[in-house]
Amino acid sequence: MYDFSAIYEATSVGNAIELLQAHPSAVIIAGGSDVLIKMREGKLAGAELVSIFKLDELRGVSLDENGSIRIGPLTSFSHVTKDPLIQKLIPVLGEAVDLVGGPQLRNIGTMGGNICNGVTSADSASTQVAYDAMLELTGPDGVRMLSIHEFYKGPGRVALEPAELLTAILIPKESYENCFGYYIKYAMRNAMDIATIGCSVNVVLSADKKTIERARIGFGVAGPVPLRARNAEAALSGHAADESAIELIGNAVLDDVKPRTSWRASADFRKQIISETSRRALRTSIERAGGAL
Amino acid sequence: MVVGKSVKRVDAVDKVTGRARYTDDLADKSALIVKICHSTIAHGMVTKVDTSAAEAIPGVVKVVTCFDVPDIPFPTAGHPWSVDPHHQDVADRLLLNRHVRYYGDEVAVVIAEDEVAATQGVRALNVEYDEYPFVLDPQEAMQDGAPQLHEEFPNNILAHTGYEEGDFAKAITEPGLVKIEGWYNTPTVQHCHIENHICFAEQQNGKIVVVTSTQIPHIVRRIVAQALGIPWGQIRLIKPYIGGGFGNKQDALYEPLCAYCCQQVGGRLVKLDVSREETFVSNRVRHAIRYHITTYARKDGRFVARQMEAFSNQGAYASHGHGVVAKGAGAFKQIYVDAAATKCDAYSIYTNMPAAGAMRAYGIPQVSFAIESNVEDAARVLGIDSVALRRMNMMPVGYRDAFSHNVNYFDTLNQCINKGMAYVDYEKKRAEYAHQTGPVRRGVGMAIFWYNTAVWPIALEASSCRIVMNQDGSVQFSIGETEIGQGADTAFAQMVADTVGLPFEKVHVVSTQDTDLTPFGTGAYASRQTYVAGFAIHNIGTKLKNKVLAYAEYLTGKPADTLDLVDGIIIEKSSGEHLMPIDELATTALYSTEQAEHLTAEGTTQIKSNAYSFGCAFAEVEVDIPLCKVKLLKMINVHDCGTLINPQLAEAQVHGGMSMAIGYGLSEQLLFDPKTGRPLNNNLLDYKISTMMDHCDLRAEFVENAEPTSPFGTKALGEPPTCPGAPAIRNAILNATGVAVDQTPITPHVLFVKFKEAGLL
Repeated sequence: MYDFSAIYEATSVGNAIELLQAHPSAVIIAGGSDVLIKMREGKLAGAELVSIFKLDELRGVSLDENGSIRIGPLTSFSHVTKDPLIQKLIPVLGEAVDLVGGPQLRNIGTMGGNICNGVTSADSASTQVAYDAMLELTGPDGVRMLSIHEFYKGPGRVALEPAELLTAILIPKESYENCFGYYIKYAMRNAMDIATIGCSVNVVLSADKKTIERARIGFGVAGPVPLRARNAEAALSGHAADESAIELIGNAVLDDVKPRTSWRASADFRKQIISETSRRALRTSIERAGGAL
Repeated sequence: MVVGKSVKRVDAVDKVTGRARYTDDLADKSALIVKICHSTIAHGMVTKVDTSAAEAIPGVVKVVTCFDVPDIPFPTAGHPWSVDPHHQDVADRLLLNRHVRYYGDEVAVVIAEDEVAATQGVRALNVEYDEYPFVLDPQEAMQDGAPQLHEEFPNNILAHTGYEEGDFAKAITEPGLVKIEGWYNTPTVQHCHIENHICFAEQQNGKIVVVTSTQIPHIVRRIVAQALGIPWGQIRLIKPYIGGGFGNKQDALYEPLCAYCCQQVGGRLVKLDVSREETFVSNRVRHAIRYHITTYARKDGRFVARQMEAFSNQGAYASHGHGVVAKGAGAFKQIYVDAAATKCDAYSIYTNMPAAGAMRAYGIPQVSFAIESNVEDAARVLGIDSVALRRMNMMPVGYRDAFSHNVNYFDTLNQCINKGMAYVDYEKKRAEYAHQTGPVRRGVGMAIFWYNTAVWPIALEASSCRIVMNQDGSVQFSIGETEIGQGADTAFAQMVADTVGLPFEKVHVVSTQDTDLTPFGTGAYASRQTYVAGFAIHNIGTKLKNKVLAYAEYLTGKPADTLDLVDGIIIEKSSGEHLMPIDELATTALYSTEQAEHLTAEGTTQIKSNAYSFGCAFAEVEVDIPLCKVKLLKMINVHDCGTLINPQLAEAQVHGGMSMAIGYGLSEQLLFDPKTGRPLNNNLLDYKISTMMDHCDLRAEFVENAEPTSPFGTKALGEPPTCPGAPAIRNAILNATGVAVDQTPITPHVLFVKFKEAGLL
């Protein structure tokens, strides 16, 4: 039995915004795989809920005219993995969300929920951050675009204004074109787990595949929010796509991260994993891009 | 003959179709719901419980606190009662506690009309404490000045036992001995059975009827009555299908509290259900035991003298107590036999941790990790092959234990080791992996183990059963031994069918135990049931068959000893002639106007024997050093559990135990905040029980040496599979990387520290 006081089912995005305005302390529920857990633990006991679960207009993956991939925030993880556009243009994202929890969770959990809950460990987040995702937010004052880099405010906190909904995730063409990536989820178990470290790397190589023209490195759980290792990226820009780059990235990323010691893992351990996963993710990205190591 | 065949489980269809009823399915929807308010400090005294806000919540019926309960300490352990007070379990539990001894102890309950109101009620209770200092480590708890948990046990020592065989001090003066010494740590883990403990209680017909998820219905009935201070016959306890137990439910958990709550609301139906988070901490856990082992060996590898100290973390309450570490102490001197002397001291120590109780293999997974790590280290120090060193020192054929009278009849250990070596291609792999470099390395390792069957002579072994024949010749079989998911009902049905002489389909096991109806049996533990029930079934099944044949003599005039009942047909033994089918005999007997008889047999069988059950595990691993990850490539358990009643079920038992051993070796542990004693990871996300994706293919093989003391040739299998896996993995990691890890679980965090120390990172 779940302890909630009311549930209002939205019939459209506009209706959802009206309901959120009418019930300012209500919590948005989509798939429910985060909200219901919090409710069971007592954190949201007695809450009012505005359900957007039936808003099919927020589901699906399409291509905008300007080449941006448009991902509906209610698209479930399994649907993202199986989507032909994702598989063709940004397969690393589909692979990343295929590592979330287990099959049941991947069918009910949504892309939007995964970033709006603001946790640094979200499997979709580090890749979105590594691809400069743009977020379309719709609220009482209309529609605005916000870079994902400005969306995360701190652990569990995102830049959603009152009565605002995430209505699309956009991956710019410039981010995915000629770009090849790989995501490593490092966790204690091979399934049903949350990342101890998530590392998403993508590269654009020169035409002769010998130089890294651009490398982007996104981490989850290397800091309070998903982050980019910008110093390491700068060091790799224009670097030879060879073993020395693999060696370099493992050291360079350590300047970009500040993992903490908690009972789950020590900072030193996290650094070891951050370093090693960045090396392996870069290696596979280069290989996928056609480079020879 | 159906014994020895992999017949389908008798409960399979009901379980997979959802027809099988478990405790929650049987509770009427009108039940009041009981939720527990747990202590939020590790040690202290409750000074006040303000119940006013809780009582005001709509739907809350009654609040009961630690100030209300009777002052009747009771024991919770799932042991048969002893009429000798010196052998009785320590009675240190009250229904609710003012003196709280661990974070998660029970302080109060809210009884309400639904789950939401009950939960809101618990949240609204205001508990005030006088906080005391607490201690989590057993060796710290033994020191003078440590916080005291129970007045009757100074220095928190629940028990201390020891032995010395031979003259240890003299033995180690032998010149040229090599000393191999180490400290080995094992963790607090939990059973993680799929169905959390749940029970409901209602006053009916002068009794309190309790329906519960338990392994030990007759024992729990006794404990509920003791806790409430009422005659034992006034409690009726019913055990339906349960979703596993693994020893957690070999204790009285919340049945006494539930029955008490029922009394508190005038006998109304109350249901007490606990969450997974509560189960981890407020049920029972495995004893975390720290060992100090020293081996003195000759250069040729022969063990001359060994010594062990064991410090067992009992947690806050006695439960199964000292029996667990003591069992391991017994194993220490038997699995390897020293040339001159063996010495041991075992301590069970109270701490402000969750109460440790029975958990699959009862101290032997712990001690096996320690012993097999020490032996492996000895092999390296002495420069002798791991397997060869074990063969040289392990229990020989013909060994007889003075206390239990167990005899090692067969060359079991060698036979099991040979099978294990063949499966992992041990010698070839050891050669192949001898000189690895690079970040990813492989290794093979192994471990042997000691186990026994049932609890004689330490405690009572007796089992009663009843077989009742229907007009159609089919029978109902009732026994106090319980199906807890392991397949006991199926094994029983197979043994009954063969003993009585009926087709398997004609045997119906009454799976639910009801203390009003079911003959007395102590239940599922100590891997006892197939062995013990085997005696009872042999005894009573034969009795029933003899009654049938006596009636057949009455009907046919042929002497009973020339007849037999085979596969449901009365036959003449010498000619094989079919005389009549069993249904004709049974119907005739029941309705006879001359000599009517309802064909039933019942009785108690006492068992005064025990049996060794040994085996080994071999593991092959791949270690990714930079990522500190261990991948299992191959794993095998080989068991000598005597004759297999049902090979497929036996394999399933082994697979389950191997899985638990993998978690024990690599990932599972309950963690506590050292500043507050609060559990940190009491949920299935943060407590890293393995998934399918973390296992390799699990291989089970058997060596079937028929046990001479057993009518069906069987001996223990329920628990043994949990014993050797963790040390086998530890030794494989040692072989792969040269790094000896003396603690479990061997997590990436542990390996990170060890690899840095070894210069591998």
